[in-house]
Amino acid sequence: MIQTVIRNDEIAPGTFLLAVERQHDFQPGETVKVGLDDALPPRIYSICSGNQEDELRILFNIKEEGALTPNLAQLQPGDPVMVSEPGGSFSGTADPAVWIATGTGIAPFYSMLHSGLAANKTLLHGVRLAEQFYFSPEWEEALGDHYHRFCSKEDVAGIPRGRVNLYLDRAALPANQKYYICGQATMCVEVRDLLIAKGIPFGNIVVEIYF
Amino acid sequence: MVPVMKPALFGKNLTELTDLALALGLPKFTGKQLAGWLYHKQVDSIADMSNLSKKARELLEDQYCIGVHEPVKVQASTDGTKKYLFETDAEQFIETAMIPDKERRTVCVSSQVGCKMGCLFCMTGKQGFQGQLTAGEIVNQIRSIAERDEVSNIVYMGMGEPFDNLDEVLKSIEILTSEWGYAMSPRRITVSSIGITPGLVRFLRECEAHLAISLHTPFHAERQQLMPVQIAYPLQEVIDEIKQWDFSGQRRVSFEYIVFHGLNDTPQHVQELVRMLNGIRCRINLIRFHPIPGTPLIGTDEQTLQGFKDQLNNKGLFTTIRASRGQDIFAACGLLSTKALQAEAAKR
Repeated sequence: MIQTVIRNDEIAPGTFLLAVERQHDFQPGETVKVGLDDALPPRIYSICSGNQEDELRILFNIKEEGALTPNLAQLQPGDPVMVSEPGGSFSGTADPAVWIATGTGIAPFYSMLHSGLAANKTLLHGVRLAEQFYFSPEWEEALGDHYHRFCSKEDVAGIPRGRVNLYLDRAALPANQKYYICGQATMCVEVRDLLIAKGIPFGNIVVEIYF
Repeated sequence: MVPVMKPALFGKNLTELTDLALALGLPKFTGKQLAGWLYHKQVDSIADMSNLSKKARELLEDQYCIGVHEPVKVQASTDGTKKYLFETDAEQFIETAMIPDKERRTVCVSSQVGCKMGCLFCMTGKQGFQGQLTAGEIVNQIRSIAERDEVSNIVYMGMGEPFDNLDEVLKSIEILTSEWGYAMSPRRITVSSIGITPGLVRFLRECEAHLAISLHTPFHAERQQLMPVQIAYPLQEVIDEIKQWDFSGQRRVSFEYIVFHGLNDTPQHVQELVRMLNGIRCRINLIRFHPIPGTPLIGTDEQTLQGFKDQLNNKGLFTTIRASRGQDIFAACGLLSTKALQAEAAKR
């Protein structure tokens, strides 16, 4: 379905938040396919907005060798963009859970936050650079001590240098909660293996890989 | 100083070979001559292309290399299966298996270095994704093994997800099946995918090779636990697409099903498989699971496996159990290259 861009804000260097009008109901955590024309296959993006908002947003960063994202980044308000109906099954619930994300993998959890599912949640967000802690003021306000950040490539005051494993290695992890993991394949697989090694049943681990 | 690699001739299709010949000021027919030397006569150097003029060979050697690579390691199983390790131009490692069976020589090729798909039961997935293979690097896995002249079948079931590197996979099949290439029948080639729907549609449209889909459970929630791709491309969507295509002729579709103890080996799974695959002329290949390090999964026992097969056959789904081969050399993909990767990392 062709929609009109409302906003396309660069919220960090090379990272954009693209907004269109919300046309459909969706479950927080679901995805849409986004494309520019029929010549280029659309790509799947997690919805990065609440399910009661008027806007539907996606979070993306520019892949230097990518065919789609450099062009998506050029979109201006009023430009057309193809956005599919929502789908997927990385769906959040109101039950206690641990959310684990790297980089723009924070998007589905932001949708869950803005859909009223943040209670009883712990968020682990790993990034390479401090500028990639997207929406951190909102996370701090919503989750307080249950918001944990990790930065792997630079020192940031008050934030551990390293990856989310720093937390997972040490923490006592309840086996009866769900663990949602979203991000690049290598991180998702490593974290899943670590959780399994710590006794979390694989049925309680939900993984969404950014293919 | 880092040596600059010349581009490889091997892995280019006829159009590309003709274009590069024309760009060098050579006659158009040079493209077909090059294809003949690369894919029929399988020469090791440009100098051996004896029906090209000396000037043509010099021009080619100045700008191109042949681009074939010998395996860096070979392991041989007591059952005749061999596992080859190749190093890519980017100093990464991929695996190829050669599986003999009576007169057949089946080569199992990799399509990517590592894999993005993160399936819970897969060793390759634990490496993460390291890069795409070119068509040349895919075909080289057949061209550079000792059994290259005896290969009867090719399966894209090694490292990587073929539909995540579809341009190069389709080009490699073009080289393998064209008259100017290896002139194999596409009916001797099977591409195995976990089911990325856009890639599936394009593969079915542009290629005649057989299709195999990694199914592993017909239930959405279970498959999501085993295979994260289920979230983005649900199996039902894949099945619905397959039902749009005709597999009643020579082209085949099969479904791979690793049988895990207590997870996907119940009568409910039989029932749902029968319902889901109703109307598709297909085969189900049951596969024994050989545990990989750190996995929470275990393979089902032989009695349950046989019973599961019988139940499916009794319901009209043609089902076989794939023979396990090369167990003494860990022929399941990912193990050998992971060791090589770890050794390289240790050196650094």
